[in-house]
Amino acid sequence: MPASTSAVQPLLQATNIKKSYGHVQAVRGADFTVYPGEIVSLIGDNGAGKSTLVKILSGTVTPDSGTIEMGGKEIKFDGPTSARDHGIETVYQDLALAPDLDPASNLYLGREVFRKGLLGKLGFLDRKLMLDNAQLQMAQLGVKLKDISAPVADLSGGQKQSVAVARAAMWAQEIIFMDEPTAALGVVQTQQVLELILRVKAAGISVVLISHNMPQILEVSDRVEVLRLGQRVARFNAADATVDDLVTAMTSGTMEVNN
Amino acid sequence: MATTTPPTTETSSTAIVGHDDLYRQPTFLTSVVKSDTFRLFLALVALIVVFSVLKPTAFPTLSNTLNILSDAAILLVLAVGATFVIITAGIDLSVGGVLVFSSVVSAMVMAGIGDGTPLTLIIGLIVALVAGTLWGILNGFLVAKARIPALIVTLATMGASLGASLLITNGVDVRNVPFSLVEAVGSGTVAGIPVLALIALVVAVMFGIVLAQTRFGRYTYAIGSNAEALRRTGVNTTRHLIKVYALAGLLAGLAGYLSTARFATTTLGGHSTDNLATITAVVIGGASLFGGRGLMIGTIIGVFIPVVLQNGFVVLNISPYWQQIAVGAVLLGAVYLDQMRRRSRDR
Repeated sequence: MPASTSAVQPLLQATNIKKSYGHVQAVRGADFTVYPGEIVSLIGDNGAGKSTLVKILSGTVTPDSGTIEMGGKEIKFDGPTSARDHGIETVYQDLALAPDLDPASNLYLGREVFRKGLLGKLGFLDRKLMLDNAQLQMAQLGVKLKDISAPVADLSGGQKQSVAVARAAMWAQEIIFMDEPTAALGVVQTQQVLELILRVKAAGISVVLISHNMPQILEVSDRVEVLRLGQRVARFNAADATVDDLVTAMTSGTMEVNN
Repeated sequence: MATTTPPTTETSSTAIVGHDDLYRQPTFLTSVVKSDTFRLFLALVALIVVFSVLKPTAFPTLSNTLNILSDAAILLVLAVGATFVIITAGIDLSVGGVLVFSSVVSAMVMAGIGDGTPLTLIIGLIVALVAGTLWGILNGFLVAKARIPALIVTLATMGASLGASLLITNGVDVRNVPFSLVEAVGSGTVAGIPVLALIALVVAVMFGIVLAQTRFGRYTYAIGSNAEALRRTGVNTTRHLIKVYALAGLLAGLAGYLSTARFATTTLGGHSTDNLATITAVVIGGASLFGGRGLMIGTIIGVFIPVVLQNGFVVLNISPYWQQIAVGAVLLGAVYLDQMRRRSRDR
């Protein structure tokens, strides 16, 4: 049990979350905790309920029951927009980028800034401001692109992933959920994205990582929470855990007794 | 995120070296010269040069130039709307029918008032714009809300709008159009330039700016590029799509009004291939039928290439039927280029 962190108040605390689709109980009373400024991995075998739980915590799916607290106060999401209003961003596995638009346009997609004055009232965009801020954001995260005005489609897989992460980091005040951020990437690009995740953490934003890559999880995470059959069955401090511990918990863990 | 401290460790393994190389923007001139639109412009210029050299007495004359401008005007108005629709990865086959419908109802209203005063002409314009917009909203609603493919929706409304026009008129063109309309708009000129062409140019420039500079334009590209991504950011994509089809309808209504003014009659049978001519122009102009790509300047050039071809063939006494073959070839070339671009990009 994470004795070192349990004294700190959780940033996000989900308790006894349940969600069924017809007769299928995807999540059966799952708990999940995120502490401030940490990288916590959520792992579990296929069908353990990871994606459903993440969808619930990022506002895209409404749970049947259970509570979600942020900073000790209970909150309810009615859509991804309201999760965003609470400072939660999600990097989807498909990245949700518009490939024909440049990175700056993607960073500001749906949150465009208008020009000042009359032109702004007419819907004119402040492209310069958005471009400058986007460049600043990416520079802070160490995302380097040769041509900032090239459409996202022309970027490599790792660069696309970086743009998606940079967008989330730009708007997230509290937490970013990342669903398999390195699944489609090569070795070098994976390393770049992991470094990017560490920089996001350094900027004070908590990261929830969903991944199947155990060594990678242990490399970047502070903590690991294990989901099995729709319930949390184990929690580890990444520093104290081995890949075997994680796999054992994923495949044969039972409902955790304490906490 | 604003309070972020920049990363102190220089662990980046990205393959970019010098600081100057970061975010290097291509200069304006090189990006223009390298663009597909510029090449298209060169192709148009080449066409004009070839026809001028072959027929220096008839092609590069003032009166022939004005002819070309008038011919292109109505098509350009339609193509401006189609540019928005095609960038959303949609299609609008109904523009010809909606044009005729708007032309018919507005001509009947103006003929009914009968006095041909400026007020009557304005009422006629408003009627045409409203009629067109209503068809556009219907298209948009069926595409975005009922999720029926745009091809089918606009194929249906193409038939419906044309059928409604024929019902209202009993199949006979409305001919008692106010002469003042024909005089002022249809054959009028300002500083020697046809009013029709001026109106079309204003429309193209105005909506070109909307497409490039406003949030409306940005969302139009985003929907065609990845509608789901835009939806997830909380944008009401359904409403935006309805607006885009409404705009195409509005401009088809305007085109109907201009058509009435130009021909001094409604042209019930004269617009059956307007939709294809419009789509051809937009696609030649570089817009992608798969959405997300396209520029208004490309559409403007794309409108003129078929029109100049047609005019040049007439001037050269080549059968104008060759124009259809030539335009078909240009269209195939344009779509092929787009496909190649996509393939190399999606690798």
